[in-house]
Amino acid sequence: MSQLKDAILSVTASGDKAFIPYIMAGDGGLEKLKPIILRLQELGVTAIEVGIPFTDPVADGPTIERAGERALASGTTLRKVIETLTSFADEITVPLVAMTYLNPILAYGVEQFAADASVAGIRGLIIPDMPLEESEVVHPALTAAEISLVQLVSLTSTPERMERLTKASEGFIYAVTVNGITGARSSFANELEAHFKKIQSYTDTPVLAGFGISTATHVKDFGSFCSGVIVGSKIVDSLVAEDWEAIEELVKASKLAANEVGI
Amino acid sequence: MTTGVKGRFGRFGGQFVPETLMTALQELDEAYDKVKNDEAFQEELHYYLKNYVGRETPLYFAERLTKECGGAKIYLKREDLNHTGAHKINNALGQALLAKRMGKKKIVAETGAGQHGVATATACALLNLECIVYMGAEDVKRQALNVFRMELLGTKVVAVEKGSATLKDAVNEALRHWVTNIDDTHYILGSAMGPHPFPTIVRDFQRVIGDETRAQILETENRLPDAIVACIGGGSNSIGMFYPFVEDKDVALHGVEAAGKGIETGKHAAAIYSGQTGVLHGAFMYLLQDEDGFVQEAHSISAGLDYPGVGPEHCHLHDIGRATYGNVTDEEALEGLKLLCRTEGILPALESAHAVYYASKLVKTMAPDDILVICLSGRGDKDVHTISEALGGDLA
Repeated sequence: MSQLKDAILSVTASGDKAFIPYIMAGDGGLEKLKPIILRLQELGVTAIEVGIPFTDPVADGPTIERAGERALASGTTLRKVIETLTSFADEITVPLVAMTYLNPILAYGVEQFAADASVAGIRGLIIPDMPLEESEVVHPALTAAEISLVQLVSLTSTPERMERLTKASEGFIYAVTVNGITGARSSFANELEAHFKKIQSYTDTPVLAGFGISTATHVKDFGSFCSGVIVGSKIVDSLVAEDWEAIEELVKASKLAANEVGI
Repeated sequence: MTTGVKGRFGRFGGQFVPETLMTALQELDEAYDKVKNDEAFQEELHYYLKNYVGRETPLYFAERLTKECGGAKIYLKREDLNHTGAHKINNALGQALLAKRMGKKKIVAETGAGQHGVATATACALLNLECIVYMGAEDVKRQALNVFRMELLGTKVVAVEKGSATLKDAVNEALRHWVTNIDDTHYILGSAMGPHPFPTIVRDFQRVIGDETRAQILETENRLPDAIVACIGGGSNSIGMFYPFVEDKDVALHGVEAAGKGIETGKHAAAIYSGQTGVLHGAFMYLLQDEDGFVQEAHSISAGLDYPGVGPEHCHLHDIGRATYGNVTDEEALEGLKLLCRTEGILPALESAHAVYYASKLVKTMAPDDILVICLSGRGDKDVHTISEALGGDLA
């Protein structure tokens, strides 16, 4: 069973859409991690994606890359993030999804990482530089620690590959909405809806959209044909600006059930 | 780390890339499989290598260098005489032709010393492809001449200010560019590194160095050499030189990493020497990193060796003991450079000077009728400012 998947399904069962904000751990100092996570869960997010900074973040766009540089400059490491999360794990009520490049996990030790991450409240893991073909490096240890390994499906994935990724993905399917790296963009192709329906047809695991979602309209638009969204760069920017109103607005846009009754 | 399906050299290599790149890599793999055994493609490549690049390059007996060093006979494989001044053109041309076959109109590449960038810009001008090259801002400064050459050739050069602003950061940006423009763009990776199938493709396009050397030494000496020495950044000239000799167990293979300011200072690029393994730029390999798995900056006077990892096939040759990997400091490389200038009238690239210095010591341990071949991977014209500065001159 996947706690992460259950959390998303219980949100969608109520008529709402899943909302997963991405934060860069250590951006502004690791002491901010606890208050940010507690406030986000208070706002009613479904889960929280916790980014771990890396020296060579090839899958990230400028916003998250810069956040990573700030986090690295403040001394953030995978080990310190896990220690910090563990220190208030009993207050964490939503599943955490760690996003880290592979090498810090290898340096930590795969088994030790999985065990420690589980204690820290991490229920899902995204490794942006590890495609399905290479995932046996970490998968057995993650399974033992009940951490869901989330697969990304991109617009460039062939139909055959899309099906394989979709079936292998645990927790949810991270559907990349654009070719390229993370970051805010203004327009989305109409073909996306068909793309998402195709992905969802392979599985009952929820499909979430990510990369470039930055407005309440995006959240609603994507919500109309998938199970929810992941918002990265926009959240990172808003946290730097301490603009919690913007974050609240995005989260509200995912509460479709509430919206319908006119609140 | 032996679980991946594709492109493994023992426990090294693999395809550690974002999902967005997987389809492109598969496409590249299939396209390359086709042209590998396609006579028309190989003929076209051979035509350009012969008539445009100027192959084959000489295998030259360095008589005065041999006497000065006092030991085995030293031959130089003159890759410095290639069009554009280094071995990089072998691969750039091969991949540019491959890109044309794949119907890609645009090329992205990274460059360290600028030799691969110049080679790629050249191949793109020749074959009418649009080209963009990412280069660390630090290297843009060190290699201003090559930047200017690329621009003359119609290539757009983008300086990368991020990270250490050297080769690894240029690779990051080139990968990002490729991910974002995957539909019409081919990435011409310049070294025998990165995700499968790049290490294999680059090796195959560079093996012409070793194939020629083998035929040439058999013709002049009627036997194979006792030792071969080549420098290693990512490892393309060396793997191209080594590969045709791997099965010849009596030929000792020596790779030379950059020891920078000295191994003990921590400011070096000797990834194999470090003994640490990790994943960067799509491959599992020996990698300079700290205890948290963060990639460390490499240091070398030569921009082309200034890379924290090393190609996966070299990692494997090291693991199985088939090749020996040593290292040479900045200062020693400069000594090797001066030695070759003085004795043979050849100004080597700073990269190649590492191999020259290493060989000058190795021959002393060998018998006078033994044979050693140095892969002289490039010429040093591009380095005159750096050399002048290092020797206390005031050229810049």
